[in-house]
Amino acid sequence: MRRRVVVTGMGLITPLGIGIEPFWQGLLQGRRVIGPITHFDASNLATRIAAEVKEFDPTQFMERKDARRAARFIQFAVAATRLALDDAHLTITPDNAEQIGVLIGSGIGGVDYMDSQMRVLIEQGPDRITPFLAPMMIADMASGIVSITFGAKGPNLCVVTACSTGADALGQAARLIQRGEAEVMIAGGSEAAIVPIGVAAFCAARAMSTRNDDPEHASRPFDAERDGFVMGEGAGVLILESLEHAQARGARIYAELLGYGMSADAYHITQPDPEGDGALRCMRNAIRDAGLQPTDIHYINAHGTSTRYNDAKETLAIKRLFGEYAYQLPVSSTKSVTGHLLGAAGAVEAAATILAIQHQTLPPTINYEYPDPECDLDYVPNEPRPARVRYAMTNSFGFGGHNTALVFGAFEE
Amino acid sequence: MDQELFERVRKVIVEQLDVREEEVTPDATFTDDLGADSLDLVELVMAFEQEFDVSISEEEAEQVRTVADAVRLLAEKLQAEV
Repeated sequence: MRRRVVVTGMGLITPLGIGIEPFWQGLLQGRRVIGPITHFDASNLATRIAAEVKEFDPTQFMERKDARRAARFIQFAVAATRLALDDAHLTITPDNAEQIGVLIGSGIGGVDYMDSQMRVLIEQGPDRITPFLAPMMIADMASGIVSITFGAKGPNLCVVTACSTGADALGQAARLIQRGEAEVMIAGGSEAAIVPIGVAAFCAARAMSTRNDDPEHASRPFDAERDGFVMGEGAGVLILESLEHAQARGARIYAELLGYGMSADAYHITQPDPEGDGALRCMRNAIRDAGLQPTDIHYINAHGTSTRYNDAKETLAIKRLFGEYAYQLPVSSTKSVTGHLLGAAGAVEAAATILAIQHQTLPPTINYEYPDPECDLDYVPNEPRPARVRYAMTNSFGFGGHNTALVFGAFEE
Repeated sequence: MDQELFERVRKVIVEQLDVREEEVTPDATFTDDLGADSLDLVELVMAFEQEFDVSISEEEAEQVRTVADAVRLLAEKLQAEV
């Protein structure tokens, strides 16, 4: 019998605000937070809209000097960790420090630093590059600085699987706990890529919505008029804990992480498998890992990026795996509200999935207006819905053909 | 010590190291008193170079331990340029 892993704390920095409450209420209300890019002058880009985190003050979460030198994705990670530890009522002490690890991934890392320092390199020369560029641009530094800030001395690492990163971080962290290498893992994803080179890169890949004149309706997963994803930013950090450790300290348990499934498309660098093959296999693996049957799943928080390819192929994969049951299975994309948080998406959407279980309520897919014949499932359109949710799954797929699914369940002794 | 130069140096230090102005005394050492690590020192020297439009070699930078050392070095640099 392997060790059980439960979720005892959540910290969220999202375009909906700081913390769990604005996130969950924002999802249910379908708050419109996508708007024109304000972080920089985006006037010469094809996509000029994003879901930015507004009113984030890193000095509320870390020392001013540390905040000033930290890349934005690191600031988000430290802030989300502080919120998650507080939420879990967990204090790191010399006695437990070695049992507590960190696995916070990022799809891209400190691209804000790279963007600004590349300009310095070209305009002023190599002697003017800040000594903080090297440590701040590397994606593992969120885990590094979180361990330094909070004193967590257990396993410390990073996974990078593009837009599956946040989900893989949670899955791999759960494995570390199952194997007994840690009692607690601070795990999730963080991303802050709304900088010129970050947005331009995804524009060039033709992956993003260009609905610049109507940003509030630009992220419209599964809708026939969808034209690409909208970039978001933020971080999701969960406190994963062995059941014994959580119970010994009387922790409140949100949910149990029951299943983790991975697969590769082995097909194309940006496009999904035409038959949804990789997506199907990661879902099947996660359900099997959880010891469940497909019909046990009551809700799927979809990857649902609002790109033509993803939403059609994800739908196909769900139909192939679940058969007739697919038409009774609610599937929603919270990216319709938050935009796509890239490497943080999997962790933030794990939180949405857990909250759906906790509140027995399904967050909607907003901006759903025109049915697409290729996308014919129940996407929980536009309004939240009370529902019985015992087991729920969340999907994440990344460039490179990484596919990841996590299954969470209501905690039962 | 040139008071005007000291004030300019102090301003750069306060900004770079996030310390209070009154902490930046001539005798204060960068690492022990002002909490600078090795990367802070590299960035601080770059900030001096930028502010005073001078060039400071690594050997020269290594000799700077206190605020007074920095003021002295910069005074020499500025003198040499006149």
